[in-house]
Amino acid sequence: MAVAAAPLTQAKKKEIGQSYWDLVWYRFKKNRLGVLGAILLIALYGSFVALPEVISPYALENRSNFVEAPPTAIRLIDEKGQLRAPFIYGLERKIDPVRRLRTWELDTDRKYPVRLFMQGDEYKLFGLIPMNIHLFGIEADQSEQRIFLLGSDALGRDYFTRIMYGGRLSLMIGLLGQFLTLVLGTTLGVISGYYGGAVDMFVQRFTEFLSAFPNIPLFMALSAAIPVFWPPTAVYFMLTIILAFLGWGGLARQVRGLILSLREREYALAAKSFGASDWRIMFRHLLPGTMSHVIVIATLSIPGMILAETALSWLGLGLRPPLTSWGTLLQDAATIRAIRFTPWLLWVVPPILLTILTYNMLGDGLRDALDPYSGR
Amino acid sequence: MENAQTLAGQTFVNPSMDSRPTLLEVRDLKVEFNIRGGVIKAVDGLTFDIKRGQTVGIIGESGCGKSVTARAILRMIPKPGRITGGQILYYRYSRYPDRDGAKKDVEVIDLTTLDPDGELIRQIRGGEIAMIFQEPMSSLTPVYTAGTHLNEAITLHRLLPIKRLGDQMVEAITKYRRVTKEEARQIAIEMLRRVGIPKPEQRVDSYPHQLSGGQRQRVMIAIALSTEPYMLIADEPTTALDVSIEAQILDIMRELQQTANMAIMFITHNLGVIASMADEIVVMYMGKQVERAKVVDLFYHPKHPYTQALLQSVPRLGPKTGARLASIEGMVPDPLNLPTGCVFHPRCPAFMPGKCDKLIPSWNKVGENHWARCLLYEE
Repeated sequence: MAVAAAPLTQAKKKEIGQSYWDLVWYRFKKNRLGVLGAILLIALYGSFVALPEVISPYALENRSNFVEAPPTAIRLIDEKGQLRAPFIYGLERKIDPVRRLRTWELDTDRKYPVRLFMQGDEYKLFGLIPMNIHLFGIEADQSEQRIFLLGSDALGRDYFTRIMYGGRLSLMIGLLGQFLTLVLGTTLGVISGYYGGAVDMFVQRFTEFLSAFPNIPLFMALSAAIPVFWPPTAVYFMLTIILAFLGWGGLARQVRGLILSLREREYALAAKSFGASDWRIMFRHLLPGTMSHVIVIATLSIPGMILAETALSWLGLGLRPPLTSWGTLLQDAATIRAIRFTPWLLWVVPPILLTILTYNMLGDGLRDALDPYSGR
Repeated sequence: MENAQTLAGQTFVNPSMDSRPTLLEVRDLKVEFNIRGGVIKAVDGLTFDIKRGQTVGIIGESGCGKSVTARAILRMIPKPGRITGGQILYYRYSRYPDRDGAKKDVEVIDLTTLDPDGELIRQIRGGEIAMIFQEPMSSLTPVYTAGTHLNEAITLHRLLPIKRLGDQMVEAITKYRRVTKEEARQIAIEMLRRVGIPKPEQRVDSYPHQLSGGQRQRVMIAIALSTEPYMLIADEPTTALDVSIEAQILDIMRELQQTANMAIMFITHNLGVIASMADEIVVMYMGKQVERAKVVDLFYHPKHPYTQALLQSVPRLGPKTGARLASIEGMVPDPLNLPTGCVFHPRCPAFMPGKCDKLIPSWNKVGENHWARCLLYEE
């Protein structure tokens, strides 16, 4: 019986070893809402995190004289009722002497065609490749006319551009914060559940201590502790850490509960009897058993992170200008004046809603796919 | 079920095997569990030894302390329990002198004094004393393939000699290296083949849920043996299996024992299995060792009333007699409220009033290599 083990082809391996994750993928694929959530989420992260420079027509801090201009309509039919290639009308600044207001009116004599892949402001793709191609733009000098898909703000910056860039920070803080939460929560949960006794006591009381604090005041205190003179990126990471620090307790508890039952399984004992170290038993043999729960909890709590950032920034305690996040954008939209005269500033709300909805869709899909006890 | 007829057909190892070197010596071991209701003496004064290549069977009812003894040897007693007395002397034959830094060939280690989470006990666990469990269904981590489990044990415990080219003195190898992943995989496949798993090249990539109960137990045995241990503790390894698989597993264990000169401590409550496997048997009752003898002596000339009753309660194949199956009278006593005197006296057919319920029997030699703890044999 000296048959050498033939190297298995990938297809053959697949046939023999239909792993847990193969089964999960099979079940997940059947859940349409979950798949839709996943696709939307990939699209959201692709456009808001990876490619905002390309999709938005201007650079983030590109100001103009077009202050508080309303959203520009892209037209296909001109004033004579004729069909033409997509274009926009020029904007003309008017003063309303009665209401003492600055208004913007359409100048139908000036027409600017809208083109795809226009050259414009310089940027670096993924922070590396210098480029100046934007997904769309108008054929006009920047000082003469601009395109504001969602209007402009008080400094004449394109609000669409700002929402695109703001998504990068808001979406990443959710992901980064959740990642830190995951590392903290699972590690402490596993240690607490596996060792039990005094360690468990300490970790559990600490999480209770944290969760007993009223959330918003604690957030406020911690964010107020970030020095004002810190560079914006440092503030950003501090905020991520604060969010993670306050969020790991629930996860740690759930992981602990699962480990408490898993550590009594025979395979934990078997691993020990073969000389495996505690560390190895905890993280190689027991932790994978909790993964399905952890993934679902993590997915479903990322929206919370994003909302927490938004809320904090809205209160003026989270990210501060010049950092642009959905929270700081909301802050601009939070006055009566803004709602009365520049209601387009509320366009930041739909992307927030969409993100949270897609996360929930994905999370529900994952929960159904990962639960071994749900019907196949 | 095995009976006297099949027993007679077996050839037994010559009693002169006692001249083999000792591997493990348990001396007056005591394990106690301090629980709320009081102290449970799970093991109370256990003494036996295991020679290299010998099979020692430990039998007794559920809860008599068999498994606790096994766990005590590997220092894996669950939480409230602890070793309160005695010694477990392990004669450590140095395998990798280079790594272990041992000066002598044999080093005697008292396992009861080791740190249960220490480096040394972890080298011994699995590497030198391996253990297989009763429940093959749950002894493998469900997220890993059979091969992953084997690799883990092999890379943790096996070292390979470094052979230098032109080196004539092969015996003088002193340098060892860790097993590479590819080598570990080859060893894993070879081990699976040895325990009789068909198509081991494919099965090595199977997950536990894709294997049958018998296959899983074979994988467990393969893991245990992949590190070439000196001793295997088999804690009711065939309880969860059906009889045909049980017979195969036992054959594999016997075969591998002979090729590797490995000692086996076989824990079971199945008298048929133990009769065909063991050289020597220790009978336990309520944490106490009641009898210890060579397998033939024990089965043909049991001395302790408990052993006698136990043997009579084995159903026998043969012409229909219409007789009821003999059973031991009474119930297993509450471990927190053990009877006075001899713990077996309330159920004992040879109960001597005024003696058995007052005096604690001592460990008496009742024959050549035969001991019993009973007042019948006391002067």
